Amino acid sequence: MRAIISVIGKDTVGILAAVSAKCADYNINILDVTQSVLQDMFVMVMMTEISEINCDFSKFVDEMAALGNEKNLSIRAMHEDIFNAMHNI
Amino acid sequence: MLNTKDILETITMIQDEHLDIRTITMGISLLDCCHSDIDVCCEKIYKKITTYAKDLVKTGEQIEKELGIPIINKRISVTPVAMVLAACENKDAVKIALTLEKAAVACGVNFLGGFSALVQKGFAPGDRELIEAIPEALAVTQHVCSSVNIGSTKTGINMDAVKLMGETVVKAAERTKDMNCIGPAKLVVFCNAPEDNPFMAGAFHGAGEPDCVINVGVSGPGVVRAALAKSKGLDLTQVADLIKRTAFKITRMGQLVGTEASKRLGVPFGIVDLSLAPTPAVGDSVAYILEEIGLEQCGCPGTTAALAMLNDAVKKGGVMASSHVGGLSGAFIPVSEDAGMIEAARSGCLRLEKLEAMTAVCSVGLDMIVVPGDTTAATISAIIADEAAIGMVNSKTTAVRVIPAIGQNVGDELEFGGLLGSGPVMPVNTASPEKFISRGGRIPAPMQSLKN
Repeated sequence: MRAIISVIGKDTVGILAAVSAKCADYNINILDVTQSVLQDMFVMVMMTEISEINCDFSKFVDEMAALGNEKNLSIRAMHEDIFNAMHNI
Repeated sequence: MLNTKDILETITMIQDEHLDIRTITMGISLLDCCHSDIDVCCEKIYKKITTYAKDLVKTGEQIEKELGIPIINKRISVTPVAMVLAACENKDAVKIALTLEKAAVACGVNFLGGFSALVQKGFAPGDRELIEAIPEALAVTQHVCSSVNIGSTKTGINMDAVKLMGETVVKAAERTKDMNCIGPAKLVVFCNAPEDNPFMAGAFHGAGEPDCVINVGVSGPGVVRAALAKSKGLDLTQVADLIKRTAFKITRMGQLVGTEASKRLGVPFGIVDLSLAPTPAVGDSVAYILEEIGLEQCGCPGTTAALAMLNDAVKKGGVMASSHVGGLSGAFIPVSEDAGMIEAARSGCLRLEKLEAMTAVCSVGLDMIVVPGDTTAATISAIIADEAAIGMVNSKTTAVRVIPAIGQNVGDELEFGGLLGSGPVMPVNTASPEKFISRGGRIPAPMQSLKN
């Protein structure tokens, strides 16, 4: 099972570190990271493996949203299925 | 493999363009709850609904969180109550409505539909009693929705029922005049009612359906409008293609959520209703799509043609995205639930007659239209008859959900709140159809050949 974490917001120091630290806390393995900075906007998309997650995935979703609020970013963790359903036939 | 562009597109659709799953509706058959003693019947109904749907809301919320897509409503539809009521010696339909309300509250759902009767050809035991109880039932409950099917392409239109429904709509408004006339906002009069519709207020669980089933209704007018806004200079063939592609993506969400809900609840998956269902939120409007296509305001000449194309493209795009399609499927045009329609009605650009023409080419019918409080029952019956005739002749579902604003007139507004929105009182032609309606009888079923 895989999940996609997306981070959108103003670029600051330590975004990647904060998100990956949280992933490590919940035993989530990061498979791939794409990031870009357009002017001031930071966009990062992270593909993660959640098979070994040590809590309920919905709890992790809340944690990520909370981290986003704290850092003034939009952080979403979403199950990979939604993207596959929409973009792969 | 997913690419970043696709991922960000999905996120933008959800975050900025109001993409959501409008509803997961669990259909539950009440046929095995029939009993000659109404108290026993109510007890069985309560038990069955609260057993089958006990995890519906929880499961919906779980899926919502994991997939990251909002699921706005969780609803229940049940067998038309008139069928269950037929077996009861004491035909106190309000008692059943109260039981349904209690069950809806216990399950935590947003709406429960199925306080319904199917009388397209005539009244069976329980039908009249149910229809007479509708005004009271809708006043004493909050979550219960009612619908009555008064015609079909195969049977024609039952004009006795049409007369009765005009009176019922007025009574329902009068009975709830202290509550913004909310009664008739929960009452739909259908022609060719679908048996697997997940949308309210017209949802019921048809007699041909399995014991329990999950149906899903998708939304997404905002996504279609945004896609059109981003692509400039398209001709109408390209516009239709773009709508198809967008509808495909929206419907895939519905299919995914429906399959997931069905798996988790252990209930068969019924259908995805491919609809563009607006909400009062700005940017989530079907009228704005039409305006994006090139109309100055919804209701101007060209509206019917643009809507016909939109409706057809939504279906073509959605059909391939889902294994089973059903329900109402198409673009909805409820006036009070659509910011663009509200504006157009307020400015006088969108009138009842134009809305009627629009219903000939899109989903459903005259929906959530507020009319003056002094509109007579005969006029409302005649509006129902006109709309049913469009459905009957064109072999499509049509419906009427009009709300007489008791004590108010053109220029006033009714505020329902939530998804039901708010609506300006729209002018109605006041010439009397009294004699036509009082004739009663049935309009025979139309020819199915010699189509012109």
